[in-house]
Amino acid sequence: MKRDMICIICPRGCSLCADIQGENVTVTGNACPKGQEYAINECTNPVRTVTATVRVSNRYNTMASVKTLTPVAKDKMMEVMNILRQTQIQAPAKIGDVVLADVCGSAIVITKEIL
Amino acid sequence: MISHDIVVVGGGPAGMAAAIAAYDAGCQDVVILDREPHLGGILMQCIHNGFGLHKFGKELTGPEYAAIYEEKVRSRNITVFPETMVTSVSPDRVVTAQNRQGIMKIQAKAVILAMGCRERSRGALNICGSRPAGVYSAGTAQKLVNCMGYQVGKRVVILGSGDIGLIMARRMSFEGAKVEAVCEVMPYSGGLTRNIVQCLEDFGIPLYLSTTVVQIHGKERLEGVTIAQVDARRQPIEETKRYIPCDTLLLSVGLIPENELTRAAGIPIDPITNGAIVDECCQTEIPGIFACGNVLQVHDLVDYVSDEAERAGLGAVKYVNGLNKSENTLQTKPGNGVRYVLPQTINSTEEDVSLFLRVTQPFGKVKFTVSAGDTVLAVAKKLKAAPGEMEKITVKAAALQNITGPITVSLEEL
Repeated sequence: MKRDMICIICPRGCSLCADIQGENVTVTGNACPKGQEYAINECTNPVRTVTATVRVSNRYNTMASVKTLTPVAKDKMMEVMNILRQTQIQAPAKIGDVVLADVCGSAIVITKEIL
Repeated sequence: MISHDIVVVGGGPAGMAAAIAAYDAGCQDVVILDREPHLGGILMQCIHNGFGLHKFGKELTGPEYAAIYEEKVRSRNITVFPETMVTSVSPDRVVTAQNRQGIMKIQAKAVILAMGCRERSRGALNICGSRPAGVYSAGTAQKLVNCMGYQVGKRVVILGSGDIGLIMARRMSFEGAKVEAVCEVMPYSGGLTRNIVQCLEDFGIPLYLSTTVVQIHGKERLEGVTIAQVDARRQPIEETKRYIPCDTLLLSVGLIPENELTRAAGIPIDPITNGAIVDECCQTEIPGIFACGNVLQVHDLVDYVSDEAERAGLGAVKYVNGLNKSENTLQTKPGNGVRYVLPQTINSTEEDVSLFLRVTQPFGKVKFTVSAGDTVLAVAKKLKAAPGEMEKITVKAAALQNITGPITVSLEEL
């Protein structure tokens, strides 16, 4: 089975073609090794980095931006969001601070300093 | 009046990178003026990832990218005036600004303009209908959601498929809203392909090309919009009109460089880029005043903003040190298939010159040719070219020697 897709790793947006023969996936159209990895992931276990915000309980009208430290399974994105919606942090917080250690297989870390 | 060597107007990615580059090139007296309480500019509300791939080889979020530069600013002796609004820049480089302490005038040896851009608003579109709540520019909604934690709507239509609109389609979906459609008046998207994949396709959001919003309904709050397909002249086709109920309309319909200070200073503006006319060091037609970042040309990647700002910073230092040369000014011009070329002039042919350009419409395989009369200075081939993606072609210094006439960049489809 052949599957066409567009690589989302970088803004170049290569048009990839993955040829899936059972367990083997052959990728063409990629300009770099990351494209091959992306295409194989897309065919076997598509993943995405989720970026969002959490409330800061001791600051008015302030959101702390967060991300999954590693990409999570694409179909788990809304599950991550549902957990983050109920999560609050305490200021101050620094970039890289861990908010939650394991949400759908990834840590959630702060991406903006909150003084 | 106080005096400083280099005054940078704006503390976003362009302003910070320009100030750092100038400082590191040996100018120890650099000042940044910014109207916001913190540095970082628009990056602070761009919480999504994808920044820094070119510059740092990794995917950062907007605030993380800004933090790298803010740290560099803080670790150098660069003075930052936050919450300070620049009200004028004079042709002889007197910068007037005001903040809570009052009004200050700074005589600068060189000025770097890095004010960024703002969004085109509903008023510029002439959409008929009432004026209910719920119509936002995409960037305003982005700030409300990402920085202040408001949910701006639950059923959303987005007009314009630029990157901010696409990013907001995903963001609104994450926050529990249903994004009904993204409408784009042009027959192609203005955003990066990767954003169409990861912001629309991942969430099953339809993208309607050659389609626009023709009417806004609702009295207190938006109740719905009428959309319609458009013909080749971008006129709505009556039979295709369709009503979509929604409580929120986001507009992502273009960015306008914020050049009020530039115009008031009498600096000539390029009518295509809506930014200043500059040379290869980002120097405007008024010596000693430089421009970089989105105030000069709207970029698609912040990495390229930082690169451009570094050139402006180095150019400003050269000017302060009296090393700027302009012995042989060459003009650049867009040719077939090219909408604009920047820089518009080349003053020094001592070093290689990078030309930045956008194409007029999407193309498949193309060959760009940089030429002066019959002399070919550089060629570059690309697998595809689209207006949403800026192209860069470098011309070797050796090729620029003994050239007098205007330099044209044109493309041919292969």
